[in-house]
Amino acid sequence: MNRPSLSTDTCGIKSPNPFWLASAPPTNSGYQVRRAFEAGWGGVVWKTLADEPVVNVSSRYGGLDYDGRKIMGFNNIELISDRTLEDNLREIAEVKREFPDRAIVVSLMVASERERWHEIVKRTEDTGCDGLELNFGCPHGMSERGMGSAVGQVPEYTEMITEWVKEVARTPVLVKLTPNVTDVRAVGRAAKQGGADGLSLINTINSIMGVDLDDFRPMPHVAGRGSHGGYCGPAVKPIALHMVHAVSADPEIGLPVSGIGGIQAWQDAVEFMLLGASSVQVCTAVMHYGFRLVEHMISGLEGWMAEKGFAGLDDFVGRSVPLIGDWCQLDLGYRVVAEIDQDRCVHCGICYIACEDGSHQSIDITQVPEDEFVAAGAGALGGFETSGGARFMPGAGDGYVNVFEIDADTCVGCNLCSLACPVADCIAMVEKESGLPSMTVSEYNAKVAAGELEAIRPPEGHR
Amino acid sequence: MRKTTRSEAELNAAFAPLYPSFTVEEATAQASRCLFCYDAPCTRACPTAIDVPRFIRQILHGNDTGAAETILEANALGDTCARVCPTEVLCEGACVDRPLQGAPVPIGRLQRFAMENGAPSFEAAADSGRSVAIVGGGPAGLSCAWELRRLGHAVTVHEAGRVAGGLGALGIALYKVSTDEVEAEVERIRAAGVTIHLESPVGPSEFTELRQTHDALFLGVGLGDTFSPGIAGEDGDGVFEALGFIRSLHEAPWTEAVVGSRVLVLGGGNTAIDAAINAAKLGAESVTLVYRRDEASMPAYAHEVGHARAAGVEFEWMTMPLEFLRGSGGLRCLRAQRLAMDGDGRAAKLTPIDGAEFELECDMTLLAMGQEPLTDFFRSIDGLAMEGNRLVADPDTCATALSGVFAGGDCVNGGAELVHAVAEGKRAAFGIHAHLGGGS
Repeated sequence: MNRPSLSTDTCGIKSPNPFWLASAPPTNSGYQVRRAFEAGWGGVVWKTLADEPVVNVSSRYGGLDYDGRKIMGFNNIELISDRTLEDNLREIAEVKREFPDRAIVVSLMVASERERWHEIVKRTEDTGCDGLELNFGCPHGMSERGMGSAVGQVPEYTEMITEWVKEVARTPVLVKLTPNVTDVRAVGRAAKQGGADGLSLINTINSIMGVDLDDFRPMPHVAGRGSHGGYCGPAVKPIALHMVHAVSADPEIGLPVSGIGGIQAWQDAVEFMLLGASSVQVCTAVMHYGFRLVEHMISGLEGWMAEKGFAGLDDFVGRSVPLIGDWCQLDLGYRVVAEIDQDRCVHCGICYIACEDGSHQSIDITQVPEDEFVAAGAGALGGFETSGGARFMPGAGDGYVNVFEIDADTCVGCNLCSLACPVADCIAMVEKESGLPSMTVSEYNAKVAAGELEAIRPPEGHR
Repeated sequence: MRKTTRSEAELNAAFAPLYPSFTVEEATAQASRCLFCYDAPCTRACPTAIDVPRFIRQILHGNDTGAAETILEANALGDTCARVCPTEVLCEGACVDRPLQGAPVPIGRLQRFAMENGAPSFEAAADSGRSVAIVGGGPAGLSCAWELRRLGHAVTVHEAGRVAGGLGALGIALYKVSTDEVEAEVERIRAAGVTIHLESPVGPSEFTELRQTHDALFLGVGLGDTFSPGIAGEDGDGVFEALGFIRSLHEAPWTEAVVGSRVLVLGGGNTAIDAAINAAKLGAESVTLVYRRDEASMPAYAHEVGHARAAGVEFEWMTMPLEFLRGSGGLRCLRAQRLAMDGDGRAAKLTPIDGAEFELECDMTLLAMGQEPLTDFFRSIDGLAMEGNRLVADPDTCATALSGVFAGGDCVNGGAELVHAVAEGKRAAFGIHAHLGGGS
């Protein structure tokens, strides 16, 4: 089979692969964008230009670590470009000439005045850029000045400014949405009404990164004071996926989407595309590890597409969108039950305590004498070893091995044990005949009301 | 035999701790590997039942003091055990990261990290008005003292030697644990309110007096002299106790240490290994360990044998010493007999092979065939029950046949790991507490 094509077209913005850099510190200058293109990025969204450069603070970023792993989440209180418009426009034009096949989208933000928007759109498009992205999402600093998320949180403002831009724009216009709203679809619809060609989401989430326990100052801090900042990084991916799906699935929107939020591996990118994104934007992972990440993203995506037999992105973009809907559409007759592969189990007991304290008390624990356990086949524990007369075995202590078994009658099929299990392919969730018809909750209620079905109660026997 | 020819710098390097302390980065990375098992196998495999997942999680979350307190809550000598325990066959042998990742979480080194970096503190319970005398300031006695003091009892330890800590302080190779490190643990126990009298040997009359003046008494006297195998010529020049040799490195400057050019170590236990490695580190040209059975039957742990091999120690298996021969320059060789071994382990039958006598050249021999029990002392006290040469104590309460007298450690178990002595001292403390009406 031929190598799959990664080329993509997001509302007319074409790039050789769907991996773009988001408008952020990595796209601050011509120097950085050149390095990014040399590394293989398909496109960039240039860090937000303004007609008057801002002044930034020191320090700016905060990281959220998780039990020894760095930057699971990240936030910033940096503002838009602090370089002059002239410098940025000159560099955009230069880089575009050097890399004509790559997409350069330019992010814009000015005060909410029609003339100022017209002016910056025209000057920006004179660079030869491929498209514009309207920054209606920045949640800190600029929003206090009536820009960024102050626009994106009000559908009417979003529509109005999008209209102003579209009055003069010759290139496609993406509107970047803020997640700091109750329903992202309302703003997406407003952008559509204003004439947007596509949507990019999500921008960062309002956050306070942490508080220093020694000096009680927020993190990051500026001379001891902090401010809420924009949260991003791997931890925000599920929130972003939800919002990308929400706008992709909304029949009133129907716009191409560039997906953003916590993408650090090729699999993350594929998930965004399965939920409707035709390109994806990356920032935090690059801020952590550099532009070189794109090589792995491209090879991972290519390999997956080849394995699935996909020739191009259109073969799968949006494919999972129809599989997600309201809870009320779920099938109450469907049932899965956990199954432990005793040959793979290392007897750590994590499944047991998770179920016991956190779910439905459906895993039994039995202390099996270690000799009896080994006689029955020691499985993944491998059996006894001896050294200097001492006898030992992983998982054994005080003369016994804990053996864990699912009580299939009371297991509600919640997944918790399989999520917590540290061993690959040890706990499977297996479909089981429930004895119930396939039915939604409204169908279920109707059947119960008609006396056709007894009300379903939680299984008996939970401790 | 001569004074070591190694320079001070060489000796410092040779006797540096077997493993360096973990850095914060190493400790965090290793702690994050811990699965936080429920009813954790490592805890169950620890004779003192340290809550290992808990202290590792405390390290992971930057609470080194809490981690050290978790360790000391279960084990009075948490730092010494972290250094000398055969973790390979205890907590780490039980760790389920072995099948998952090919190597256990380095529990011993994490425990040492917590003890090195934490600043634990404990408050004793309200004064009970009861007092307990402890005979023997080794691991069992110190452990018993620590637990009893925390339960609110007045505790006085009588140690015959010049330092407390017993074999932990003086009988284990220096590259594992130093006297200073053990002394720091003793100091913590003293700071908790335990009175420790050094150079305070207890004979039958002192025993009787202590029993009369205290509400209970714990015997943690350990073992006595090194076992004399009765080899012809063993009382002459060049033959020494392995324990004394190990001890001398703790007590005197290493640069003054005397070592042979060709050293034999007789015995197959962990003390034999410690002595052999020490001799190699001091610069002996050859060190050979002589043992009656085969490698698999050695009481020494496989990882200890590995350390010895790495230090250049050689082995003569299935070899029985017959006679030391001396010449004008002193000890010249050991005449030995090769044995045939039928069966496995201690039950195997050993028979001399006809004509298989040979000489092992040596100018120094270290005897490491175990220690004698203090049978005479126990026999001198009316009412103490003996089983053979060993003192008898209840396995659950450590009570002896004599009311109010408890015992534990090597003098009861015949010689086991330091951590077992700590566990028995702790068990005895709970036995004593119950005996004094404090509940169990």
